[in-house]
Amino acid sequence: MAVYKILAFGIAKDIFGGRAIEIALDERATIENLRSALEDKYSKLKQLSSYMIAVNDEYADAANIISTHDEIAIIPPVSGG
Amino acid sequence: MIDINITEKPLDVQECIKMVMSPDSGGIDVFIGTVRNMTKGKRVVGLEFEAYESMAMKEMKKIAMEIKSRWPVHKIVIHHRVGVLQVGEVPVVIAVSAAHRNAAFDACRYAIDTLKQRVPIWKKEVFEDGEVWVAEHP
Repeated sequence: MAVYKILAFGIAKDIFGGRAIEIALDERATIENLRSALEDKYSKLKQLSSYMIAVNDEYADAANIISTHDEIAIIPPVSGG
Repeated sequence: MIDINITEKPLDVQECIKMVMSPDSGGIDVFIGTVRNMTKGKRVVGLEFEAYESMAMKEMKKIAMEIKSRWPVHKIVIHHRVGVLQVGEVPVVIAVSAAHRNAAFDACRYAIDTLKQRVPIWKKEVFEDGEVWVAEHP
């Protein structure tokens, strides 16, 4: 197992109860693994119309493999401008 | 020339326009976002903007590069403000100069539309009786 740090913004911050959380997953976990682990622990995430996950400042795909050195962030629907 | 910025300070519209001026340009198109006082019939007291700054800067740069590759424009400025804003204040300014107006109009519109779709910035609407994160693009 490895511990991943996840940053949260916007409404995700309210769901996590803070700017960042830590979650334990297998080494070489995928974005999809992360998504389901987060949704198990924070079921309110599933109520969002959608959300993306970013790795090192880029939107990531479900199959992307993450490492504990990556900067990982939950991106709820954006509303800038 | 591309100038991207995210700041807590009030945006300077005149300065943005000045930055995109150039002798070879025939026109400048400017989009100025302003904080509106009503949302779905409810009075808005103010807005709070939050950015994932490193990624938002990167996405805004990408939008500017996409514009450069699609339209013959000269200079592009995209500035976004974060923090608490009152009604009438300016959260975003986009300015584009080009030799001809069509490119400037199209590029400016693309910039604001795309910014709203994918730049990681969020706004929270503050009402008299509470606040709510806006999700305009589910």
